Amino acid sequence: MQKELITDATLVSNYIKGDEGALGILITRHKQRIYSFIYSKVYDKDIAEDIFQDTFIKVIRTLKKGSYNEEGKFLPWVMRISHNLVIDHFRKSNRMPKFSNTGEFSIFSVLSDSALDAEKTIIKEQVEHDVRRVMNELPEDQKEVLVMRMYNDMSFKEISEKTGVSINTALGRMRYALINMRKIIDKHNIILTN
Amino acid sequence: MAKLYSKNPKQEQLNMNPKNETVDFLLRYSKALSVLQFNNMKMETLLN
Repeated sequence: MQKELITDATLVSNYIKGDEGALGILITRHKQRIYSFIYSKVYDKDIAEDIFQDTFIKVIRTLKKGSYNEEGKFLPWVMRISHNLVIDHFRKSNRMPKFSNTGEFSIFSVLSDSALDAEKTIIKEQVEHDVRRVMNELPEDQKEVLVMRMYNDMSFKEISEKTGVSINTALGRMRYALINMRKIIDKHNIILTN
Repeated sequence: MAKLYSKNPKQEQLNMNPKNETVDFLLRYSKALSVLQFNNMKMETLLN
């Protein structure tokens, strides 16, 4: 009750003189009106909290610097600061549009996780398994070249040195390996898609 | 008359208050901040 009797102007002047408790009374007295005002503009509790904080930081700095000269009009002054900060907030958010998933548009329809999900992992494993089965149908010399080239990442020069055949023969075996694999795939109607 | 189970948004808006943490922060900030005058310049210092 005692607190209510002290006017804002007195509290402000006490605060400027160094009475830290006066600020506590001022904030307690006006926090609901100021916070509700900010919330009624931004409709977001966290943003309202931030703007409320910034408003009083500005108030504290102005009072401590001694730049405040509107005695008796404390609340309208604080409301104007918060109003300006709300405008700043909307200016900033216009420059950096924020997507929320509440509307029809979902940001996740544009952004996707490049990592394979469980389904794609299973499909990939099945495709690789089928490819190995097809390779096992190939004649041994073609299979050997194919494994060295595709799985061991060897050059045709290295393959020719290792198998003791010419580069052209290794190239030819690779070519026939691919042709024969395609034939086996067509014959057994194997679908190799990821 | 049918009961209204949803919160009245207007009433909620009127009773809104900032978190106690925010108010505490402001009071601590105020205690830590001091302004020094030096040759017509005002400098702010924050003490921990």
